Amino acid sequence: MEHHTFGGEVTFPHAAPTDDSKKRIIKTTIILSVITIIELALGFWIYKMHEGGSPSHSLIMFLKGIIIILSLAKAFYIVSIFMHLGDEIRNLIMTIVVPLILFVWFIAAFLYEGNSWKNLRHEYRPKDPVKFEKTETPVHH
Amino acid sequence: MAQAAVNTKWWGGGKSPFNVEYGKLMMWYFLMSDAFTFGAFLISYGTVRMSSASWPDPNHVFNAVPFFSGVHMPLVFVSFMTFVLIVSSVTMVLAVNEGHKGNKQGVIKYLFWTIVFGLIFLGSQAWEWTHLYHEGAWWGHNPFPNADGTVATTNFTNFFFTITGFHGFHVFSGVVINLIALLMTQNGVFERRGHYLMIEKVGLYWHFVDLVWVFVFLFFYLV
Repeated sequence: MEHHTFGGEVTFPHAAPTDDSKKRIIKTTIILSVITIIELALGFWIYKMHEGGSPSHSLIMFLKGIIIILSLAKAFYIVSIFMHLGDEIRNLIMTIVVPLILFVWFIAAFLYEGNSWKNLRHEYRPKDPVKFEKTETPVHH
Repeated sequence: MAQAAVNTKWWGGGKSPFNVEYGKLMMWYFLMSDAFTFGAFLISYGTVRMSSASWPDPNHVFNAVPFFSGVHMPLVFVSFMTFVLIVSSVTMVLAVNEGHKGNKQGVIKYLFWTIVFGLIFLGSQAWEWTHLYHEGAWWGHNPFPNADGTVATTNFTNFFFTITGFHGFHVFSGVVINLIALLMTQNGVFERRGHYLMIEKVGLYWHFVDLVWVFVFLFFYLV
């Protein structure tokens, strides 16, 4: 097995480039373009529903969810094929991907917090605003 | 080969346990930390948007296209920018591919096109920022109403300019780095070194810029 030495480190070359590697790039390009076109079509659909008045909120949330999942698929293809992370050895993939799991809690906690803040503000909004009155006795002695 | 026969385990010593050189591994870790930076930006944007009763409709804000002034065309110009960045990512991966083969002219050709598409993206963003600025939008100024017709806070423009600006700064530095890599390739630095691993590291950074744009495009323009 042929090996290279870079600054004293011993590493083994990845699979030699063949015509397949170019085919794979073209295939990934087509996948990314098609996903983007689908996303844009869904985006236009959402826009048209807003213009048409009385849009169905649950349908819009569903479409937005689909667009987010499609974007995650795009991210997977870019990282796995274009950045060649899929071709690295498992240990390396894990040190990159496992810390990113923190994002799950990060997103869930913060969006919940934001929503809660909105609800609290709505809950405690002044229903009967109290007028400011000047008191005669000073608060501080 | 005796050495490989003795050390059959990745962590047995005598070889790189991740099978990549130091610089590439560190580029991956840098990009991971950068992902958290962008993640923090986008999540704070999401948090503030969730806490707002209403928010401006992106289709009524980002609706302008160069040479079609006054025409309402939502999503059109940003689609163009997105495709430019995807294409630049493809030419970058082709440059890396040529580097694997040790084909200097191929690396030069594809790096050149990557830089061209990067500059087109930067120019498009500069146009969009200028257009929005002339409509009265900037940090601390938001001329756009909420989708429900109420007056919006400046959160919308603050987040938009901060996050697309931070991304644009990454694109700019990526173009500069690509340009340096192009000049080094042209001068035969990598040819003398015997490998084009530097093009792979530069490529990782450039793909990351495209990756971030996927999410900026998603959260500012689409949803």
